[in-house]
Parts: sequence; C-alpha cells; structure tokens
Amino acid sequence: MTTFERADFQTDQEVRWCPGCGDYTILATVQNYLASLEIPRENHVFISGIGCAARFPYYVETYGMHSIHGRAPAIASGIASTRPELSVWVVTGDGDALSIGGNHLIHALRRNLNMTILLFNNQIYGLTKGQYSPTSETGKRTKSSPMGAIEHPFNPISVALGAEASFVARTIDMDRDHSSEVIRRAHEHNGAALVEIYQNCNVFNDKAFIQVTGKEERTVNRINLVHGEPIIFGASDEKAIVMRDGAASIVDLAETDPGDVHIHDERATSPAAAFSLSRLSHGPYGPTPIGVFRAVERDGYSEMLDRQILDAQAKKGPGDLMDLVSQNGTWDVQ
Amino acid sequence: MTTTSHTTETRHRVVVRFAGDSGDGMQLAGARFTDASAVFGNDLATLPNFPAEIRAPAGTLPGVSSFQVQIADSDILTPGDRPDVLVAMNPAALKSNLQDVPESGTIIINTDAFEARNLEKAGYEANPLEDGSLDKYKVLRVGMEELTKEAVKDSGVRGRATLRSKNLLAVGIVAWMFDRPLEPTIEWITEKFASLPEVAAANVSALKAGYHYGETTEIFSHTYEVPPAQMTPGVYTNVTGNQTLAWGLIAGAQQAKLPLLYASYPITPASDILHELARHRNFGVRTFQAEDEIAAVGVALGASFAGHLGITGTSGPGVALKSETISLALITELPMVIVDVQRGGPSTGLPTKTEQSDLLMSIYGRHGEAPMPVVAASTPADAFDTAIEAIRLAIKYMTPVILLSDGYIATSAEPWRLPDLSQLPDISTTFQVDPNHGDEYWPYIREEKTLARPWAVPGTAGLEHRVGGLEKQDGTGNVSYDPLNHEKMTILREDKIKGIAEDIPDLIVDSDDDATTLVLGWGSTYASIVAGVRRVRANGHKVAQAHLRHVNPFPKNLESVVRSYDTVLVPELNRGQLSRLLRERYLIDVKSLTKVQGKPFMAAEVEQALMESLS
Repeated sequence: MTTFERADFQTDQEVRWCPGCGDYTILATVQNYLASLEIPRENHVFISGIGCAARFPYYVETYGMHSIHGRAPAIASGIASTRPELSVWVVTGDGDALSIGGNHLIHALRRNLNMTILLFNNQIYGLTKGQYSPTSETGKRTKSSPMGAIEHPFNPISVALGAEASFVARTIDMDRDHSSEVIRRAHEHNGAALVEIYQNCNVFNDKAFIQVTGKEERTVNRINLVHGEPIIFGASDEKAIVMRDGAASIVDLAETDPGDVHIHDERATSPAAAFSLSRLSHGPYGPTPIGVFRAVERDGYSEMLDRQILDAQAKKGPGDLMDLVSQNGTWDVQ
Repeated sequence: MTTTSHTTETRHRVVVRFAGDSGDGMQLAGARFTDASAVFGNDLATLPNFPAEIRAPAGTLPGVSSFQVQIADSDILTPGDRPDVLVAMNPAALKSNLQDVPESGTIIINTDAFEARNLEKAGYEANPLEDGSLDKYKVLRVGMEELTKEAVKDSGVRGRATLRSKNLLAVGIVAWMFDRPLEPTIEWITEKFASLPEVAAANVSALKAGYHYGETTEIFSHTYEVPPAQMTPGVYTNVTGNQTLAWGLIAGAQQAKLPLLYASYPITPASDILHELARHRNFGVRTFQAEDEIAAVGVALGASFAGHLGITGTSGPGVALKSETISLALITELPMVIVDVQRGGPSTGLPTKTEQSDLLMSIYGRHGEAPMPVVAASTPADAFDTAIEAIRLAIKYMTPVILLSDGYIATSAEPWRLPDLSQLPDISTTFQVDPNHGDEYWPYIREEKTLARPWAVPGTAGLEHRVGGLEKQDGTGNVSYDPLNHEKMTILREDKIKGIAEDIPDLIVDSDDDATTLVLGWGSTYASIVAGVRRVRANGHKVAQAHLRHVNPFPKNLESVVRSYDTVLVPELNRGQLSRLLRERYLIDVKSLTKVQGKPFMAAEVEQALMESLS
C-alpha cells in the first residue's frame, strides 16, 4: 500500500492567490484528503474553469486542466463518461458554475456522472476585481452595481437540489474538520456530488460569511445537518426545525412537541425536504444549514453507457466494418 | 380498360422529381424509386429538398417537399438540372416546381387534390388543369386519392389513414413508366412495417395499384427505358453523406485504435450523424447528446484529454458557439474533430438548404492567432475518406481539425462502390508513457518533424501534468506570460499547421493538353463542376479541373497549379470565399462564380461560366 504525504500532491508552481484567501485552506484540505487515500496520483483529474478558484489544478500534482469559463463540468463529463475508473474533480466558483456555466452544472448533476464538484462560493467576482456575482445579495454595492445589485441571487444548494443532484452538501473553508469530512463523503459518493464551500474573499468581499463563521455568530446561526438526527440549533440548542405546510420553519424548541422536530434524512428519495431546508436562508445572513443535504444512490451515466455498449456487443458482436458499410443493402456489378 | 400498345423510348438519363405536401411522403417516395433504380443497375444522384418546418400548413407553397433523382446508364454526378418527369401531388407542388420543367416534359398530376381550397392555398386563380396553361407539357392526369382508397380497401386500414399510401401509388406509376422492379420496394415495406401488417398491406397494394394503373390505362402511351450503367465492377451500396461521414468516423477510430466519443447537440442538417453513430454502440461508440453546442465540444475535448477520440458535430451556428473551446483544444494541443455540416446562413438562415459559407469561419473564425487544419468532403462517398483523413491529422499533429460537409452532401444519395477495407491506412498513435526530460515529463516538448506534442493520458504514472488555456512555456508547458515566449509559441503553433502541407498529396489536375482555363473547387460543388466540365469538353473545348480536399493548409503545389493557367474559375456556394483565399495567398486574380440560393449549382451554370471564360 502506498502512503502519501500532503507534499506528494503539491506542485512546483508558486501558489498565487491573495494572502489570506480562503482558497489556501481549501487547497490544503483537499491535498490532505488526497494524501489519505490509496488512489494513485495519476488516477485523479482536476478540471477547472476560469476564476480565482480555477487556478486550483496548477497546484495539485495530478492530471488536470485549467479550461475556459463555465465549461469545466462539460469537459469533466467527457472524462467521466469515457474513463469511469478515474477520480474526476471539478473546481469552480460562483460565477463560473452558476452564471456562465449554469447550464453545464445542472446537466452534469442531472446525468449523475461520477465527479466531485467543489463550488467555491465567495459571492463576488474576484479575478475580474469585484463585480457582483449570481450569489451576491440583492442591494450589494460593487463596481458594476454602484447603486446596489438589483438581481435576486441563486442559492447554490437549491439549484443543485432542483436539478435532482444525488449528493448536495455545504461546508465552510475555515472549518477544516467539517470540510474534510464533507469532501470525503462527496468523493466517496457514486455519482455527481456538489459541495458548496463558503469561501472568504478577504479582498473584495471580506466577512461575507461572518454570520456562520464568527465566533459568536456561528453559535447562533449554524444549523448542523446530521443524518437521522432531529435538527436543533442555537447558542443553547433552543431552536428547532419543523416542517409546516411543506416548508421548513424555525421554532422555539421549548414551545414545540419534540415529536414534531424534523429528523434530517439525507437519503430521502424526494429532494423536497432537503430543498425546504435550503430555503431557510437565502444566503449566510441568519440561521443557515451546513452539512449534507442529500445523498441518494441513483444510476450513473457512465455505468449505463458502458452497459449499453456491452449489451450491443453481446447482441450484435463487436463491430465489423464490412457489416457497417453494407447495412443499406448491396448489389454486385460484374 | 383496353390495353394499348405503347412506345418505349430509350434514354441515357432521366431526371424525376416527386413533389407534394411535406406530409405526403415525397422523401420516402423518392428514396424508394432511387433504391429500385440502384438495384436495377443505374447510376444515380439525388437531391432532397424539404421545408424547415416539420409540417408547414398543408397545401401551401412553403409546405412543399420534393425529392429529385437522376438515373442514368453511365457515370453521372449530379441529380440533374431540370426534371424530365415531375410528379405533382397537389396544386402547391405544381406551382412551385413547374418553372423547372422543360417544355415537353412530363407532369403526372394527382387531380384529386386540385379542388378549390387547395387551388386557393397555392395561389391559383384558375385551375391549371383547365385553363390551358399546361398545354406545352405532356400532362398525365391521375385521380390518385380515389385509386388509393380503392386499392387499400381490403387492407384493414380505415379512414383518413388510407390516403397515406398515395405516395406509394405514385412510386408504382413511376416504376411502371421506367420499368423498375417492384420487389425491392415491397421488401422494404414489409420490413419497415413488420409490426404494422395492415399498413404494410395497404402500402404494397397501393404500390401495385399504381404499377397496374400504368400498365392498363391508355394515358401512358409513352414509357422510358434507362439501361443499367456500365459501372466499375464491385459491390455497391446506396449512401447519403451523413451516413458515410458517420461510418468514416467509426472506421477512422478503428484505424487509429482509439475508442470514439461523439458529442453533439441536435441541429439540422447534422443530426443524422448523431443518429447513425448512436445505432452502433457495438463498435464501442459512445454518443453523448449534450445540453448545448458548447457542452458537446467540451465533452469531446474531455474525452480526448482522457485518451479517447473526441469528436463533435454540428452546423455553422454550432461552430460559432464552439469556437472558444476549439481554441482551447488548439492551445492545449489535443486532438479533436469538429464536423460542420454547412447550411444557409447567417443565423438560422436556411437550415434545411445547402451552402458553403463557413469556409472562412473554419479557417479564421477564432479569437487570437488560431490556425488549424480544415478538410472538406466533396461527395457523399468522399465523406468516408475525408473523415478518416481528419482523424489522421488530428492525432498525428495533436490539433483540432474542422471537417466540412454541407446540406447537399449530407442528405443526397449516390451509389458507392465499397472500398477495400483492408487497405484503409493505419493511423494509430502511441501515448507517452515515459518521462521525456530526464526523469520529468514535459508536455510541450515537440516531435521534431511534425512539431506535435506528446499525448500522455490520465492514469499514466509519473506523467501527471496540467494543461490549460493560459499561454504555455515552451517545453515545460508551465503558465508563462513572457512576451517572447508567447510569440515563439504562436509561431510554433502556426508552423505545425503549415507543415501539414508536406504530409498531404499534391493537388491532382485533370487537364486537357493546352488548356488555359482551370476550374478549381472544393466541397460539394464537385459533382456540378465535373458535370459542367464534361459538357464543355463534349463541345470540343479544352479545360482543366481540380478539386481541393485540404483547404487549410493548401496542397503545396496549389500555387504552381493556379499560376499555370491564364484563367482560374472558382465556383462556390458562397460569395467567393475560396477566391479570396487564393487572391490573398498568391496575389493572383481568379474568376469567382457564386450562388447562394440554398441549392447546388446546375451543371448548365458551370458550363455557361466556363464558356464565357473560354470565349
């Protein structure tokens, strides 16, 4: 058995994110996770699009491609559908995955190709120096929205659940234990896994996630999702989640029948309850669920594709070119 | 009815056009008559023509669909300029096709459709069957709907569905006129409708009824005989260009010893390539119907990075969407083939019609200095070999390659003498498996002769590396913003593509001695050009003719070829794109013959332009 160190997954390239960027922490977390595995380096492939997060593959000593804006899930789909034995990773950001590449993201999730998608959400365009992104809050003042953004933001978890992704989770860059665990679960998942990582951009959108990362704030606002457990949170566990009229609501635990507290079921066939949980907050501005929203088993694209090839070969035999070009019927000219 | 004696005229070639409403099954009728003629031994070429709408309003001019076929007793190339026989299933079909019928041509008319409402929809003020306007033609009036109803009455098919067989009644009539056997059509019907025995019975009855109608009525005093053609001995099949192109991709992948992935988004007229490939999973073919054009090319590029043969196919609008990813393939120097089945543009343009207007886009239409090879198929049969050539160039030179076809090649049919498959070239490559720079792997160390970089695929231990859209440092492939390195890499990429000229055959010229005029074409104009040249030669004139498969880079003898003639005539279904390239590259003038009507050149048009050049 090969044992790896984190250094085995570091490249000779100088890491060029801004000092203090949350990306450093995520890089270290992923490298440590890779080093904990027995998968040889050559069997990992990291694909990224464009943006700050997209530099990631240059810093990981595996195969990788820094591609073009928004298209990483499509390129990764080409790899995952031809080489299912590989470990395929997509590293993307909120602009990359949800704006220019929104279409590819939802379809990769829908097809359930085997890939782990790490969506670094910093709610801002960093590489282009500070425009509002599709996850920026309404009213956000930036260079491109000096009077405040007039757009309604996407909630990445809701988008992924709407696409019926088979694995959907949220974690936080600086919570290394939690992010390591969520990334492990996502990577072990058979199918497309989306992990939204709240990632602090200390240059253009500092403290965007303070309500779930601040020492005081997080005790109030962080709702930890644990499969099979009732959802209870708050500084002194005084709040709970119940489902009312199909929507998740926050109630005082003391005033609630304990039997009504919602038990988190990440394996529920319907994504409806998970979706309701994702609607509890539209961004990290108040009580916000963190953890695995959904983890279900569903047939994957590449397995079904390979099965069709085997079935066709069993039925018709391996392809013969002469049969191919004669299929319309032939005639002889003497 | 009395049986009358009739005269049979032997013709070297005859052009038949079936025209009707797009719901009348004219494409099927034409294809059946074509197959029967192929089996009979005629050479042939076809031209389907159908509206962009699936079902334009019935009975109207925009809803007319037609299928033209030329059958001949000798080698022919085009579907013919004008129909000798027009089958018109309704007034709109007559109105929109009549201008193409030469005087004294034969028109078979379904009189049952010539009632007031249909005449009005077609814009006829008076019934052309009654006002004498058809007097200069040989008009055969057949009540096809009544005949069809009568023929299918015992089949089990009832109601309006009975009339669906009237296209086969028309096929039967024409089959009798040209002494075609019915058996191939009956076999086809029986197989096609195996699960719907009533429909099969109705169609066979209608077909036979049409044939017997011809045999027993007096109105057909005149039939034609087109003897079998003297064709090169061999095994033949009848093919369309989308099919041969798909087969060429499968054969090319086999010869390259790579599994094929074809990613595509549905688009006319390229979708049939996706359909054809999807049927052949037993060849290990992976088809991927992507969410959009950009995803399709991304999936293909991902497959190539993973060591498969990634191919995407589309039409012009799709190539525009794919262009950013094509540039990524170009700078990451990964093999890929992009099939562009051209159609009338710009924008949605004429989606079901043919045009050659994506040539300059293929060569120049990308951001940055982004040269890449472009090859073009000239006939449905040629699409097979051109597809293999595109794959060869892509993997040998580690580059994306554009393979141009067009709507005419894609949908028209011709007999194809099956190639000797054992003679297909071995175009296989080898993946890099060892370090190439001491104990390191540098992804951008180039092969000396081709300037191609190595192809190391994921899963290969010790060769882990990253590629991407940012400029590469020569050799290491690391990101580099060094100005001189960028210039060097730009020129290296350019030289790599230029160097392909050394690896492609010289342009072959079919030249009469002392010819001073050259006709130079590319792509689907081949058939019209050669047919036009034959006519000019038949009139005793001297002319030279050559046709390009490689449009970027050009064959290295092209400059000397074009300089050897006083006049170079360049017919194109665009506004003169190859002409511009020739003028720009060689600083010579050429004479441009252009047409953008969504239709191929008629041989007569090429002939006329040539005669003007010669005089």
